[in-house]
Amino acid sequence: MPEHLISTDDFCSHYKVEYSFINSLQQHGLIEITSIDQHSFIDHDHLKNIEKLVRLHYDLDINLEGIEAITYLLNRVKNMQAEIIALKNRLRLYEDKQVSDTF
Amino acid sequence: MEYVDYYKVLGVDKNVSASDIKNAYRKLARKHHPDLNPNDKEANKKFQQINEANEVLSDPEKRKKYDQYGKDWKHAEEFARRGSFGERQRQSQRQYSNQGGQTFSGGFGEDDFSDFFASMFGGQESRGRSRQTKFRGQDYNAELKLDLIDAYKTHQQTITVNGKNVRITIPAGIENGQQIRLKGYGAPGVNGGPNGDLYITFSITNNTNFKRMGNDLYTTVEIDLYTAVLGGEVTVDTLSGKVKLKVKPETQNETKIRLKGKGFPVYKKEGEFGDMFITFSVKIPTNLTEKQKELFKELAKTTS
Repeated sequence: MPEHLISTDDFCSHYKVEYSFINSLQQHGLIEITSIDQHSFIDHDHLKNIEKLVRLHYDLDINLEGIEAITYLLNRVKNMQAEIIALKNRLRLYEDKQVSDTF
Repeated sequence: MEYVDYYKVLGVDKNVSASDIKNAYRKLARKHHPDLNPNDKEANKKFQQINEANEVLSDPEKRKKYDQYGKDWKHAEEFARRGSFGERQRQSQRQYSNQGGQTFSGGFGEDDFSDFFASMFGGQESRGRSRQTKFRGQDYNAELKLDLIDAYKTHQQTITVNGKNVRITIPAGIENGQQIRLKGYGAPGVNGGPNGDLYITFSITNNTNFKRMGNDLYTTVEIDLYTAVLGGEVTVDTLSGKVKLKVKPETQNETKIRLKGKGFPVYKKEGEFGDMFITFSVKIPTNLTEKQKELFKELAKTTS
């Protein structure tokens, strides 16, 4: 097994989650599972996202449909935040000019 | 240190059942949870309070101790000696600082409980975190302040994270608000899991006369009236040194010119630079002598 993968069984055991939940996340297209010799694995790079989905479900009691909607909205938030930073940086160009224009 | 009213934090009555506390916690957590409020420090802070309140009120032993000694927390130690509360020293692994004074803080902050909590319950681990700490290490978040001059050149900086020196290379052209990930520089993983990552967000202050927009720089250069009218030369500062510029005769106020390749370096594209845009600001002479006034009057007559 490549070092950057964790078996889904180990993941479920470490994080105390049911295999069916991980399976459902995959079926909803929310996570990627790698299959090798009929065994399923999770890439270490995807763990952060899966941890988040696990928290949403087990800590906040949000069902899969809710998680799907949240994932979509969070992506929008992420894009909008990036846009806000870019706009703020552009705004810096005019901020001081505005001050001097008022005098 | 102030008393914290955990019932008030969760918005519940003192006599509520454990399931009501759970429901109240989840309702508030759905609103303020950091996973649902990325990059929102206020929400994160609020969630810490909610999480702390839940940590106490959802645990029968802690709730009993809190109900009994809450307002009189200074005497709680006596209770602890008699009771079965382990008093492990809390080790905050999420507060770091480096030589440059930058502040590093963990991404989640669930175990950053208040002094009131620490005083009553010591450093007991949060039960709620057990699921998160079994494999992958936690991520760290940091903010690094740079000034524009630093961001102009690729350079190295040593930062200290959790007592460990990390030497990082900051590529030229980094943007204000940009975030980079240092894989594996977060908290160590457990049970063979990978380390978390270190996320550094750059905050770039600009104390120069240049304005930056993406890879381009903007500045205003004053020229005197005579140079504007008759043409001439002017020396201007750029981030890579001084440049001599020709000023065409009859240059109008607010004329903009572009200096190709004199802007900011393009991030991770060595040798590529943006442009510099210069706006000429024509300075009208003041404190004219009588002779100069006369000459201007003469000049004015020639235009009518």
